[in-house]
Amino acid sequence: MGYPHQPHLKETVVLSQYFGDAEARTYDGWVKRGGYQALEKALAMEPAQVIEIVKQSGLRGRGGAGFPAGVKWSFMPKEKKKPHYLCCNADESEPGTFKDREIMRWTPHGLIEGCAIAQYAIQAEVTYIYVRGEFTEPLRIMEGALAEAYRHGVLGPNAMGTGKRLDMYLHRGAGAYICGEETALMSSIEGRRGNPRIRPPFPAAYGVFGMPTTINNVETLASVPHIINRGGAWYKSLSLSHPKSTGTKLFSVCGNVKRPGNYEVTMGFPLGELIDELCGGVPDGRTLKACIPGGSSVPILNREESESCKLDYEGCVEQGTMLGSGGLIVFDDSADMVYQIMRLARFYAHESCAQCTQCREGTAWTVRILQRILAGQGEAKDLDLLLDLSEQMTGKTICVLSDSCAAPVVSGIKKFRGEFEAYINGTRRPRPVLVHA
Amino acid sequence: MHETTYEPVFTGDRKKQLDQLLPRFPTKRAALLPALWMVQQARGWISDHAMAEVAEVLGLTPAYVKGVVTFYTMYHQHPVGKHFVQVCTTTPCNLCGAEGVVKAFLEHTGCKELGATSPDGKYTVIEVECLGACGFPTPVMIGDDFIENVTPEGVPELLRKYQ
Ligand SMILES: Cc1cc2nc3c(=O)[nH]c(=O)nc-3n(C[C@H](O)[C@H](O)[C@H](O)COP(=O)(O)O)c2cc1C
Ligand code: SF4
Ligand code: FES
Repeated sequence: MGYPHQPHLKETVVLSQYFGDAEARTYDGWVKRGGYQALEKALAMEPAQVIEIVKQSGLRGRGGAGFPAGVKWSFMPKEKKKPHYLCCNADESEPGTFKDREIMRWTPHGLIEGCAIAQYAIQAEVTYIYVRGEFTEPLRIMEGALAEAYRHGVLGPNAMGTGKRLDMYLHRGAGAYICGEETALMSSIEGRRGNPRIRPPFPAAYGVFGMPTTINNVETLASVPHIINRGGAWYKSLSLSHPKSTGTKLFSVCGNVKRPGNYEVTMGFPLGELIDELCGGVPDGRTLKACIPGGSSVPILNREESESCKLDYEGCVEQGTMLGSGGLIVFDDSADMVYQIMRLARFYAHESCAQCTQCREGTAWTVRILQRILAGQGEAKDLDLLLDLSEQMTGKTICVLSDSCAAPVVSGIKKFRGEFEAYINGTRRPRPVLVHA
Repeated sequence: MHETTYEPVFTGDRKKQLDQLLPRFPTKRAALLPALWMVQQARGWISDHAMAEVAEVLGLTPAYVKGVVTFYTMYHQHPVGKHFVQVCTTTPCNLCGAEGVVKAFLEHTGCKELGATSPDGKYTVIEVECLGACGFPTPVMIGDDFIENVTPEGVPELLRKYQ
C-alpha cells in the first residue's frame, strides 16, 4: 500500500507518522511538527552524552546486521586527529526491502536530522548519503530538502548557529547491490569499483578515504531524533518480546499478500499476526507456504515456523533465521519454491562483485544446477551437490554475499525437498526459465 | 563503438558544475561517479572518448575509468533506445507475475529480445534486479521515471506516454 493511508490500529507509528503528509516534506512543515528540536538538543550536549542516550535506547542497526548503534559510534576515536566521516547507507537493494525509500520520500528532514545528530556524536564534519541510482524520486526529494536545510542554516559552516561545521552530500550509486555492503559503499564513494574490503581494519579506524568512519542505515539514523526527543528509556520500553530488541521497526511486506506495503510495529510483534491481520493474509483461496522475514539473504521459514516467529532479532534466530533488514517475502501455496529459489540465486550471481572464487563461481554454478533441475534434467545427486557447494560458499569470502546466496538454497532444500525431487523424478513438468538475463 | 567527431562534455556550465563538486571530497577521484552521471545525462551513454575525457579532467587513466564504468550496470557503454525500460523480475516481483510484464513490454515495443533496441530505435527493454519497491509489483523504470504497480494489461497504455 502506498501513502497516504490510515495506519492499522496495531501499528506503532513513530517513523511513519508523517508518511503521506506532503507538508512534512518541507522545512517549514517539518519544523511545525517539532522537527530539528532534537538536533538543537543534541548540539547542546557533549557528543559522548548523545552516544550514551543512543546506547541506553538499545537501538540496533536496521540495515541487516543488527549491531547496537551507540556502541558502533563509541568505536570512533575520542580524540580527533584526522577528519571523521559518517556514511548513510541508502542503497536499499535487498530483495523484499523498500522502507528506506519511504523514509526519504516522506520525511527527508527526519533523515537529515538523524544524520546531523549522529555526525555530531561521532565528531564528523561530513556525511555522505549514498542513495542507489534507481531511486530518482527519493534523490530529488532529498536534494531539495538538503538545499532547504542549508538555506535555513541547519547545515553548513555554522550549523544551527553553534559555530560547528556540518556538511552533508548526496552520492548517487549506479546500479550495484554490493555497494550496500559497508566497505563496498566506501569504495564506491571514493570513485572506485564497488569491491568490499577485508576487515580488519574496521571502518571506525580506517574507513572512507582512509579516515575514521561510521556507516549506518537510513532507518537507524531516522530513529535517532525520536530517541533524543523522547529519551533512551522510552525507546527501550518499546519491546514486546526480548529486552535486547527495542523500538519500532518498519517491515516491508511483499509477495503473496493482499495488502503489501510498509508496516511499523513494535519489536517482537508476531509474524503471523502481521500477515493475517495487518496485511489481510494471503490471496483468497490460498494458504501460507513460506516466509523470508529479513530480506532475501536469510533462511526461509516454513508455515509452522512463520506462525510461531516473533519479529525481533532473537525471535528470528529462535526459528533458525534472521531479522535482517525487515523485508518480509510471503509465499503462498501456488509459489514454485524451486523456481523462486533459482531466481534468488540468479540475483546473487548477477550481483557478485567477483573478487572471491567461492562467490563468483559458486553463485553461477548454483544457478546452473537449479536451472538444470527445473528443465527436468536434474539428477538425484544434484541436491547433495547444491548443499555441498553452499557449504563451500559459507563463511569463506570477503563479504557475506556468498553466504546470502547459500541461505535460501540450503533452507529451501531442507524444508521443501519434495518440490525439488518432483522435478528430478519427473512427477512435475519441467519449467524452463522463460526470460533470460 | 566509435564516434567520428567528439564534442567534449565538460565545457562551460557543465565544467563549472563539476568543479563545484570537487570540494565535497578530499580526492578528485571521488568525483568520478558524479562525472559519469553527467556524461550519461548529456549524451545518453558513455563512449570510450567520453571515458578518456573524464580521465583527463579528473587526472585518472582511461583504463581506470573504464574499469569503473564496467562495474556499474546503470552506465550505458552503448547507445540505447530513446526510452530505456527496466522491469524488475526478482523473486518478490516474480511471485506477483513480473515475467508477464516483461513479455508484454517485449511484445508491445517490438523489441525482439531483452537488451535489444526496437527497430524504430525507440525502446530498449531489460530485466533488472530488485528496484527497492517490492510492495508495488511490478515496478518499472522508463528512463528516469519510476512507475509502480505495472500489470501486463497496463503496458500498452503506459507506452503511449513514451513515444
Ligand atoms: C551484500 C550486502 C548488501 C548490503 N546492502 C545494504 C543496504 O542496501 N542497505 C543497508 O543499510 N545495509 C546494507 N548492508 C549492511 C551494511 O553492510 C551495514 O551493515 C549497514 O549499512 C550498517 O548500518 P546499520 O548498523 O545501521 O544497520 C549490506 C550488507 C551486505 C553484506
Ligand atoms: S563474497 Fe562475493 S560479493 Fe562479497 S567480496 Fe567476495 S566476490 Fe565480492
Ligand atoms: S523484487 Fe522487484 S522491486 Fe524488489
